[in-house]
Amino acid sequence: MKLIFEKSKPGRGTAMLPPCDVPFAEMDESLKRKAPLPLPEIGEGELARHYSELERRTHGVNNGFYPLGSCTMKYNPHLNEDIAMMVGFNRIHPLQPERTAQGCLGIIHLAEKLYCEITGMDAITFQPSAGAHGEFTGIAMIRAYHQKNGEDEQRREILIPDAAHGTNPASAAMNGYKVVTIPSGPDGCTNMEAFRSAVGPKTAGVMLTNPNTLGIFEKNIAEITDLVHTAGGLCYYDGANLNAVMGIVNPGAMGFDIIHLNLHKTFSTPHGGGGPGSGAVGCKEILRPFLPVPIVSETKNGYTLEYNRPDSIGKVRSFYGNFLVVVRALCYILSLGSDGVKEASEGAVLNANYLRKKIADGKYVAYKEPSMHEFVLGLSELKKETGISALDIAKGLLDYGIHPPTMYFPLIVEEALMVEPTETETRETLDEAAEAFNTLFRMAKEEPEKLHGAPFTTPVKRPDEVEAARHPILRYQFD
Amino acid sequence: MGGYIPMARCEQEEMLAELGLSKMEDLFTEVPKELLAAPLEMPKGKSEYEVRRIMEDFGRDNKIFKTCFRGAGAYRHYAPAIAKHVSAKETFLTAYTPYQAEISQGGLQAIFEFQTDICVLTGMDISNASVYDGATAAAEAIVMCRERKREKALIYSNCNPDTLSVAETYCKCQDIPYEILPAKDGLVDKELLKEKLDETVSCVLVQSPNYYGMFEGVEEVSEIAHAAGAKVIHSGNPIAMAIINSPGEMGADIAVGEAQPLGLSLAYGGPYLGYMACREALMRRLPGRIVGQTVDENGERCFVLTMQAREQHIRREKASSSICSNQALCALAASAYIASMGPEGLRCVAQQCYDKAHYAAQRLEEVGYKRRHQGEFFHEFLTECPPGPEQVLQKLEAEGILGGLAVDGGILWCCTEMNTRAEINRMVAICEEVALI
Repeated sequence: MKLIFEKSKPGRGTAMLPPCDVPFAEMDESLKRKAPLPLPEIGEGELARHYSELERRTHGVNNGFYPLGSCTMKYNPHLNEDIAMMVGFNRIHPLQPERTAQGCLGIIHLAEKLYCEITGMDAITFQPSAGAHGEFTGIAMIRAYHQKNGEDEQRREILIPDAAHGTNPASAAMNGYKVVTIPSGPDGCTNMEAFRSAVGPKTAGVMLTNPNTLGIFEKNIAEITDLVHTAGGLCYYDGANLNAVMGIVNPGAMGFDIIHLNLHKTFSTPHGGGGPGSGAVGCKEILRPFLPVPIVSETKNGYTLEYNRPDSIGKVRSFYGNFLVVVRALCYILSLGSDGVKEASEGAVLNANYLRKKIADGKYVAYKEPSMHEFVLGLSELKKETGISALDIAKGLLDYGIHPPTMYFPLIVEEALMVEPTETETRETLDEAAEAFNTLFRMAKEEPEKLHGAPFTTPVKRPDEVEAARHPILRYQFD
Repeated sequence: MGGYIPMARCEQEEMLAELGLSKMEDLFTEVPKELLAAPLEMPKGKSEYEVRRIMEDFGRDNKIFKTCFRGAGAYRHYAPAIAKHVSAKETFLTAYTPYQAEISQGGLQAIFEFQTDICVLTGMDISNASVYDGATAAAEAIVMCRERKREKALIYSNCNPDTLSVAETYCKCQDIPYEILPAKDGLVDKELLKEKLDETVSCVLVQSPNYYGMFEGVEEVSEIAHAAGAKVIHSGNPIAMAIINSPGEMGADIAVGEAQPLGLSLAYGGPYLGYMACREALMRRLPGRIVGQTVDENGERCFVLTMQAREQHIRREKASSSICSNQALCALAASAYIASMGPEGLRCVAQQCYDKAHYAAQRLEEVGYKRRHQGEFFHEFLTECPPGPEQVLQKLEAEGILGGLAVDGGILWCCTEMNTRAEINRMVAICEEVALI
């Protein structure tokens, strides 16, 4: 389809503003823009069609099953959109006097309280805008803690399992840390022997997600966090997989000192095709002084923003974060309540285990350990046998209207497909998806050539990614 | 059932039975018993109607100002209905990052169009798919400029305070040395800049129009910085660029800023939209997602996430940033805003901002609220406030007007196309009245 710039015709446009009702003010010539401004000139009707066509060429949660591992693509409740669009939130200036923004501050305060209970933390900031931003913030707080104790120069290492999300090592490095990679054992969990020998006086902390990226619960979690604490380090919980354990076991009880939540995963806020998310960071009391400023406090005169916090790491973002995402996440938690929170995690784990069994009776599961909310298929055997790769299976799923699982992650599994169905799917959907997988596995053996050509029904075929990277075209080329 | 779970408990029990399990607890046998959580104490789940009532009550605890003269990093502009509806389309809303290009062409093309918009406005060669906000964009740009022998950042003190604060956090975390250049009469002295530049300086971060709405003379900043081998990061307002010199024209190497003015609501500070664009030479150092054009197996034009070798999921600890999710939906909204305004509409918004701010400044001056600094400004300006800012602002608030922001003992005012002449006159009359008491 055409780009919006290719639909542009001089003189077309819309009428959005009245004429100016104050005198024209002449700007100094030296300040004026001299470059042309070739932005689209297009009528409103055509514009509406343009975006409707773009929408048709997109796949969202409401278009079909979306078992994208580690991303928790659950249903995004419509109520939450209604509430997030209220003028009572949208027209509030972030620098309004606090007494005129008590509703916004009250929302942040209540969300903090509820999320603290679910995670076993004592305080939460909603400033970070995404999971990786939360990691950056959390590790900065860990470093500030060691600095305060005069141990920053000694503690230069962050321990991270080899199965971790790429954001973990990147966030640690953004705080000047050396990353020590811990191998996983044959059971998919942290290799305890390697871990024990890596922990020591240089350890600033550990970053873990539990269940880990294989969807397996780290049974030794208490020992892991204990070892780190004994060595004087702190424990960071990557909340990407919290959907497995809400109301079952919380990161605080596992021994974590600081965590981030992906409100756009676990707490149902829409991902918007790549954001805005929210990477809320929660911490235990010992780390509270280091939270970004400001924090929301409750006083007898109402809620207030507290800036005078000398040990704070400072700000990590303007204002108070992606506020409307917090609004949606609060709606979600109020809707679920104490009972629904636990049922959501139970449902997520049940659906994952059910689907795991239904797909080739679990034959391709990379690790035989019980799964939590997701599982990883390793298709190296299939590839050896048939030449059909994880990529081929993923592309084949597109023709079934299914968004493929996360591909080639975690890195420790060859030909990996990481499947996370979430609790908001029905048994029928899971059965149909399993049938699609199984059909594709059959096709791999019977008609591998055909499967290499998948997908067949999508708006475009497989793109040439090598060409895209080798000869980057990153904007429309005007004549 | 809570949790938006579609199935009845009995169905779930059947599924458990197929797995050879009898109860939900059997799914969690890997969790050590001593770690299991006590039942949550929060209230039980609520109906949709109850939640709506609670949230509406929160909304009522906020005061909506009919008239607003406050900016300082968050700006009230008119968002066309179509722009708002586009970003509310549920498929755009509920999609994840477009990893599967075959079914994500809509989202990918929208980002490609956004990247083009940003390149046009800023006069730069390459834009990424967005970052969290204008402040983190500036901070990421500083990190981008760091070289082994040139590490130090010079930061203009008259950047937005949040930009300044976030840039400081990022520098401290990454052990990047930096120095904040003080302003005199609202601007940073070029002689001071020359003095501070040496072979250790990697970049200069300058905001123009700056926090006080004033133009910094970025062409000259670029000349001076480039002569010393340093890069220039320009932080700006994309609306202003419709009529003022773009950072590209003024010699900047990287253009960053807050794109919230492009039709995003005030929303108590977020979600907003950081834009980040640069010269081609810096392309492979640009952090974040980037969409590129390519062809599919049939030779049809299509779009993909590209140059991923820069990013965390490939480079892990060697990536320059950990950014993954950005503000894609906000980028789509901004792009739809730009398309619905068109170049003429955008120029009109910018010119009205300029005209109205100049009208307001003149009227305020007439009643004794003199501008503190001389020099050209765009749509914000700092005035003295003879009766004291608090008194004036409270009186305005009582009249349903959100006045400017109390800054440095004066008031930082902002006008946009949404302020009518009548509103400005009324605000000025109240200011005059307070001054006379």
